[in-house]
Amino acid sequence: MADQSAALSPETVMRQMKSNRVTDIVWLPDSETNWLFLLMQSDPDLRLVGVTREGHACSITAGLYAGGRKPMILIQNTGMMESGDSIRGWLMGLNVPVVLMVGYRGYTRHGVNSDTAATYTERFLMAFNISFYLVENDGDADRITTAFQEAEKTRKPVVVLVGDEYHGFNR
Amino acid sequence: MMHTADLLKVFAEHRGDAIVISGRGGRHWINLSDTVLDVPLGDPAMGGHAGFGLGLALAQPNRRVVLFDSEGDILMSMGQLATIAEQAPANFYHFVLDNEVYATTGGQPVPNSKNIDYAGIARSCGYPRAANYADLESFGRDLPAILRQPGPAFISCKVWPEVENTPIGQRVRWRKRNSDKVVQDLRGALGQ
Repeated sequence: MADQSAALSPETVMRQMKSNRVTDIVWLPDSETNWLFLLMQSDPDLRLVGVTREGHACSITAGLYAGGRKPMILIQNTGMMESGDSIRGWLMGLNVPVVLMVGYRGYTRHGVNSDTAATYTERFLMAFNISFYLVENDGDADRITTAFQEAEKTRKPVVVLVGDEYHGFNR
Repeated sequence: MMHTADLLKVFAEHRGDAIVISGRGGRHWINLSDTVLDVPLGDPAMGGHAGFGLGLALAQPNRRVVLFDSEGDILMSMGQLATIAEQAPANFYHFVLDNEVYATTGGQPVPNSKNIDYAGIARSCGYPRAANYADLESFGRDLPAILRQPGPAFISCKVWPEVENTPIGQRVRWRKRNSDKVVQDLRGALGQ
């Protein structure tokens, strides 16, 4: 029976990264990554490449891929939207099969969304025709592997939206 | 100021087996070399070449990776210099072709272009080696030593602008391979 816990634990995300043989995390901290950062930092087989603006992650990822590595991008939805042209040119334009794990700031399954970052996230992805999967708790974890498989098969970027802000990745 | 074609001819003599991302020097470099270790990507999106060079250098630490960037790209993504300096790839040689203008769009001036010390910016971001060059003789004299020492090295070179006023759709295409083939050829050459 699938795990229906209310949170997405950083350990679950790490297991997915490892099982999909991620070698590099190109990232800029967001509201999701708190404790996950500590786990990533302590893993000797993972290289963390910290960027100062999310769009930089796209070209760095393209270079890592060109050189034979398997990077993953870890950013917030706000930064993803800022990165539009870089996603277009460096990821889509060069057919880079990468998963972007994107913190879905402002997302809520209940009530009325009050954060425009969330309002425009899925619209942005649809406008770019980028496939995406929503992950809200440990029970959704297999979707992360699905995203990796789709990226490999299509040679396109695929997004995993992390809809568990200030909860799963934090303690 | 130097002519980009002359600068690249000098570099070609010392290239060895480096991977060369020709960047803004691509239209001249292709006349000197177009092997699977040459990476003429054109312009996927401005500001990104430095990051691509970093990624490639990190992925292939046993190979020299040489990039010919532009000052316009550097200004668009200055934060990349901090990331590159932190990762400190010893195999990365970051050249900048500084023509002080946006040549592709007709030669409009880059803001404050005559006063910016790009090597100073790189040094302040943490590059262990950085220098500015304005003449071919000094550049040619120092280049062997630059390439002998570990990187990351940042070498900014003042070059004459080659302004393009023809509409983009009417320009002569100098690339012989599309970007996807360039990347896949490189991956194949690297055994991926």
